[in-house]
This record gives sequence, structure tokens and C-alpha cells, in this order.
Amino acid sequence: MPQTASTSPLLELLGGFIFELRAAGLPVSLTENLDAMEAIAHIPLEERETFKFALAATLVKNHAHWRVFETVFEVYFSLRGEEYNLQDSPSAGSVDLAELPTDADKPRQGGGGGTPMSAEQLAEMLFQALLRGDDVLLRALARQAVQRYAGMEPGRPVGGTYYLYRTLRNLDLDGVLERLMEQANRDAPRGFTPLEEKLERDEFEARIAELRKEVEAEIRRRLVADRGVEAMAKTLRKPLPEDVDFMHANSEELMALRRAIYPLTRKLAVRLARKRRHGRKGPLDFRNTIRHSLSYGGVPAEPKFRYPRPAKPEIMVIADVSGSVAAFARFTLHLVYAISSQFSKVRSFAFIDGLDEVTRFFEGVEDIGEAVYRVNSEADVVWVDGHSDYGHALEVFWERYGRDVGAKTTVLVLGDARNNYHASQAWILKEIEHRARKVFWLNPEPGAYWDTGDSIVSEYASHCDGVFEVRNLRQLEEFVENLV
Amino acid sequence: MSFSFPDVGAVRKGLADAQYLADEGISGVVYLAERLQKPVLVEGPAGTGKTQLAKSVAEATGARLIRLQCYEGLDESKALYEWNYKKQLLRIQAERQTSDAHSSDSQHSSDSQSNGMWQHIEEDIFSEEFLLTRPLLEAIRSSDPVVLLIDEVDRVEVETEALLLEILSDYQVSIPELGTVSASQIPLVFLTSNNTRELSEALKRRCLFLHIDYPDLAREKEIVLAKVPGVSDNLADQIARVVRSVRQIELKKAPSVSETLDWARTLVLLGVEYIGADTAAETVHILLKYRSDIEKALKEFNSYSEDFEVATNS
Repeated sequence: MPQTASTSPLLELLGGFIFELRAAGLPVSLTENLDAMEAIAHIPLEERETFKFALAATLVKNHAHWRVFETVFEVYFSLRGEEYNLQDSPSAGSVDLAELPTDADKPRQGGGGGTPMSAEQLAEMLFQALLRGDDVLLRALARQAVQRYAGMEPGRPVGGTYYLYRTLRNLDLDGVLERLMEQANRDAPRGFTPLEEKLERDEFEARIAELRKEVEAEIRRRLVADRGVEAMAKTLRKPLPEDVDFMHANSEELMALRRAIYPLTRKLAVRLARKRRHGRKGPLDFRNTIRHSLSYGGVPAEPKFRYPRPAKPEIMVIADVSGSVAAFARFTLHLVYAISSQFSKVRSFAFIDGLDEVTRFFEGVEDIGEAVYRVNSEADVVWVDGHSDYGHALEVFWERYGRDVGAKTTVLVLGDARNNYHASQAWILKEIEHRARKVFWLNPEPGAYWDTGDSIVSEYASHCDGVFEVRNLRQLEEFVENLV
Repeated sequence: MSFSFPDVGAVRKGLADAQYLADEGISGVVYLAERLQKPVLVEGPAGTGKTQLAKSVAEATGARLIRLQCYEGLDESKALYEWNYKKQLLRIQAERQTSDAHSSDSQHSSDSQSNGMWQHIEEDIFSEEFLLTRPLLEAIRSSDPVVLLIDEVDRVEVETEALLLEILSDYQVSIPELGTVSASQIPLVFLTSNNTRELSEALKRRCLFLHIDYPDLAREKEIVLAKVPGVSDNLADQIARVVRSVRQIELKKAPSVSETLDWARTLVLLGVEYIGADTAAETVHILLKYRSDIEKALKEFNSYSEDFEVATNS
């Protein structure tokens, strides 16, 4: 059968593709696998974008997984399609450029064909392409830039980020952005109003982001060509947003986390509210039953039950906001405040080596993100040198707020317990534990690192009701749900 | 089985004729849905045209749109079918009257006769005549082409979700008294969700998944041009750019496409041709609905970024 013979390489590729998706953590079921196979029979491979969305529609059922899918897709299907042919010899690259429609004012290199462009020419053309928003030229220039600056050698065991960094450093995109803004400002008849300036800047930033993407894609294409699909998929594998480590997230991942936390808190709040509503009836209310039996001549005909009133704990959050764990503290505070209706009261304290109550930043504020930001910039949390000192922070807490800790209070301490070899003052935590309902310690470090170096988790742990490893959103969500 | 769309391009064109501008993702998934005969689960922020997609597909294919609006507490009798209890009662009463008249003629009615009659009545009152069809069953039974829209499916409880499973995978409804009603033609099914809760795996597995996000600059401009009469190309461009900038600010609720359109209509009504900072400030409450969001946006509009000020001074 000729037809199966022609489709089987594609099916094989799809098999590897789905295997990689599973390895990256996406839950792809057998039915979905079959659906994907059927789907690709209907969509021609040449329509790349549509093909991508068709695969996504059958395989990815959660939008948060989209980025992971996209990366794997780019790796597996990046070398397919005619316009993505590699051009390795410099002459081929510049011919490609020379063929592009050009304006008169654009600097053209003299000989055409063989001579590669100089760095200045490349920069100037890039500037012009960005200024006019010329996508075709931009794509060609991205390739040129990679070829010129990345210095890629076959078989060299270096990650794609290294090449990306090298290329982008040479292009100096921040500088280009400023130049673009100046140029646009000069072109505008009366200079810019703030609004116009903002709009122009966003436009250029979008174009530069596009360029970055092109550069990234080009590097990826070359790497895949060099090392093969499977190896690349493995090195490029990205964790799902809910599995991203708080402590090692880069700025892009942090953005994704921030976006992920809104729906997460909303879902959590709905789930908790539902749990509360569906609570069964409580135990028999003896007094109330007897009281009502009077109207039936002393016969307890109408049993009364206690209304279930699940305890609403009072929460005190003591968070280390020093650099190493700041992201973690931010997300935890965010989550705790987002479901603050589930608690009778939430108070929060931030410390590095000094400690300050930050509850006021959250009061009457609609936007939790803004409040968390203000905590970082306005709270008075530095005492001496701005290195974490859990001992001193606990001392201050005990001295100022210790008497507010009561039998209904649950105390959460957030931090990695890396005390920079200061005194631990663990006795204070013991005192707090005596008074409080529960004391929990949340540590963003993986369990294997606890008690290594200056980490003194176990010294505190003996005075806590539980110490939890909370490295990602998934674990955080789990903890908070159990807490309520 | 004939398909209404020969290829993906035709989907795009058909939807464009119905005033819906689809990108590759949307048109590809709609095309697949028809080919694979699978329902589509559409997810995305509010006001990005999820419901409108179903409506436009119905318009483009010339099919009838049947809509089931979901809400907490939706049950079988509202979604699938219900027996017409009152009519059944009437039927029984009518039966009794005729049989009374009958039995008064022949004084002695035997037991076997009344037994037979009971069976007769039972068969009679549980027939299609006494069935009230609700949206899901109606979509299955319809003989002409149908687009079924199950709107905001995330609002029903997890248990109710199970109601949908049979219809989504096999396009059939089981009625104990009648047997199984299978579809005479496969309807195109769209489910929309605002993602307020995680839908069950079983439901997701049966559907194609489509995430509709805010459109990019070019597409948003096209949408404005297509949907707002009297808007100039220049104004539409400015509108799209302002909206994109606003969406980049961290807001409680980013402006949706429908809010963009409202804003565009307002600007056209006001006769605005150029959006200055003051115009934007006066009308921004159409785009944004929270006080804190509006304040943030105004702050963004009215301040130069620091590094740029340095650049212009030098």
C-alpha cells in the first residue's frame, strides 16, 4: 500500500513527539494519541501553523501547558518546511539578503554576492528593519546575526542559551530600542505626548521581541540539525508552570507564574467555598433539643443538630523576603491573601534581618500583586547588613507581637532557614509553639539541601508541627488547601 | 457524509463572511471538529468571542443554533428531556372516562382486560408524544444540520458534567422508557468555559481543545474595522495599539475584545479621529471596569518613562 508507506515516517515522528510530550509532564492519553493521528491525516503538513494548532487541539487540554508543547513542536518539526532550509555558507546568506526588496536609502554592500556584510551594516539594516517593521527582512537579519555572532561549532556541548546570549549581546537590543525611540520622536511633528511615547515604545518592544524569537528559533534549528531531535528535545525540556522551582525561576518563568497564580487562587477559593457549603450536619445539640422538646410535652420529637462551624484559623505569616527566597515569599503571601476570606484574620510580617509588620499594605487593597510589591519596596526589614538573620527576626517578633499569638493562631514561617551562621534563637519558636494552635515551616529548598551549609532547618523543625518542602505552585496549592 | 468545508481556507472564508475573523488556530480546529466529528472545548478569557464563534459557525454553515446555558443546579430535566407530566395525567383521565363508559355497557369487566389496558396506557403515556425535549436531546433528534452550543460549562457541578459525556462521545441519549435515541446527523458541538474550575479529564479527553486568547495587533485592528461601521483605518490602528499597551499593564481585568469594540463605537460616535491622552482619559472607563485598573492605566498614559526623558533632554 503506497499510502501507508508515505505516511509512516510521519506517524513515527508523531510517536516520538508524543513520547517527548509525556516525558515533559503532559498527560497525553491513548485516545488523544489516536485523535492526533487521525487529525494529521486531515491537515497537510505544509500549513505549519494550522498543523501545529491541530496537534495542540488534540493533545494539549490545558492552556498552561502550551509553552511546553510549543517548544517540543519547534524541535520536532523545525526542519520541515521549505523556507526553513539552512544556509550555512555566508555567501548564500547575503545573496538571500540582496534579493530582498530594498529601499533606496538602505545601505547596500558594493559587490553583492560574495562579500559578507560588516557589523555596522548589519546593525544599520537591523535598525531600519525594526523602524519600518519589515518582517521578512527581520527574519533574514536574525539568521545573519546568528551566523555571524553565535559562533556555533558542530558537536560543541554548549546549551542554546549560550549562543542566544552571545548573539543578543552583540546586537545590543536595549541600545537599539533607545535609538529607535529617538528616531521616532524626531520624526513626529511635535515630539511625543506621553501616550504616544508609550504606544511607540510598546510597538518597538513587540518588534524586538519578534526578532529575539527569530534568533532563538534559528539557533534551535541549527542545534537540531547538529545534534538530532531527541537530544535537543531533552536539553530544551521546560517544566510546566506548576512545576517551576520558585528559587530558580528566570524572569520569564516568573511572569508565567504570576499569570498562573490568578486562576489558581480563584479555583482554590471556589473549591474551598464549596467544601464548606457541602459540610454535613454537625453533632446533636443536646441543649437545643431539650429546649424544643418542651413544646412537645417533654418528648424530644425534634432533634436539633449543631450547625457545623469549621474553625476559621487566624493566620500569622512570617516571611523571609531576602533575595534568595523572595519569589517564594511573594507567591505564598499572594495565595494566602487571595483566600483570606477562609481565615478569620490574616497578619503578615516580613523580615530579612529586621522585622516589620506588613499587614497594612494588604488592607483594603484590591490588587494583591501591588501590595506584595510595596512590601518589597517600603517595609522596614533591614537591621544591619541585609543578610537573613532568623534569630534576630524572631526576637523582634516575639518582643513586639508575641502576645498577639493565641490559641487560635496558626503561624506560618516562610524561609530556607539559611541563617548566615547567626544565633538561631530557636527557643522563641518553642515559646510560640506553646501558645499557638499550630506552627508550620515552609521551605522552598529541596529536602536534600536541608541542614547543609548554613541551613539550620532541623534546629527549628523540632519546635514546629510540620516542616514542608514547597518548591512549586503545585506543592503550595496542596499545602494551603490542607491548611484550611 | 458531506462536509460543509472542503479545506481550512474555506472555514476561514466562511467565518469571515459571517463577520468572524478567525486565525489559523481557530479555523483549523473548526475544520478538524467537522472532520473528526468531535466536540470543541473553547477556553479563554471573557469577551474574546468564544460564544460568538459557535454562532458564526452556525451562520456560516447555515445550521440551526441550539444553545444550552449552563448554571449551577442544571439537571437532566433541564438539559436532556422531561416527561410531560400534566399531559400524561390528562391522557390517563381521558382513558378512564372512555373505559368507564365502556364498562357501564358491559357490566362485568374481567381482570385480564383491565390488565391489558394498563399496559396499553403505560406504553401510550411513555411515548414520544409526551416527551418534552430539552436542548441536548433536541440537537440529537433534529433532522436538519445543527450547531449545539453548551455555554459556560464550567458552571455546572462535576457530577452534572457526567450528563454530557454520553452525548459528546456517542451522540446519543439513553431514555430508560424509550431506549436509546441516536443522532440522525452529527451536530457540531461547542462547549465554552471561562476556566473557573478544572473540568474533568473525561470531558476534556472527548473534546478538541481550543484556547482563544486576546487577538494580536493586526487581527484586533481587522476586527474593529469589520465590526464598527464608520471607523477609519487610522483610528482602528490607534485603537488596537492603545488596547495592546493597556493589556500589557498588570490589571485585574484586561480589556476584552467586546470592550475594545464598545470603545471604538464610542470614539466614532464622538467623532474622534486622533486619540490623545485627554480623549483616552475621558473614555477609558469603557475599556476598564475597576477603579484601580483605571488609575493604573491613566498613570501609564501620562508619565514619560524616565530613561526616555533623559534621552530627549540630551
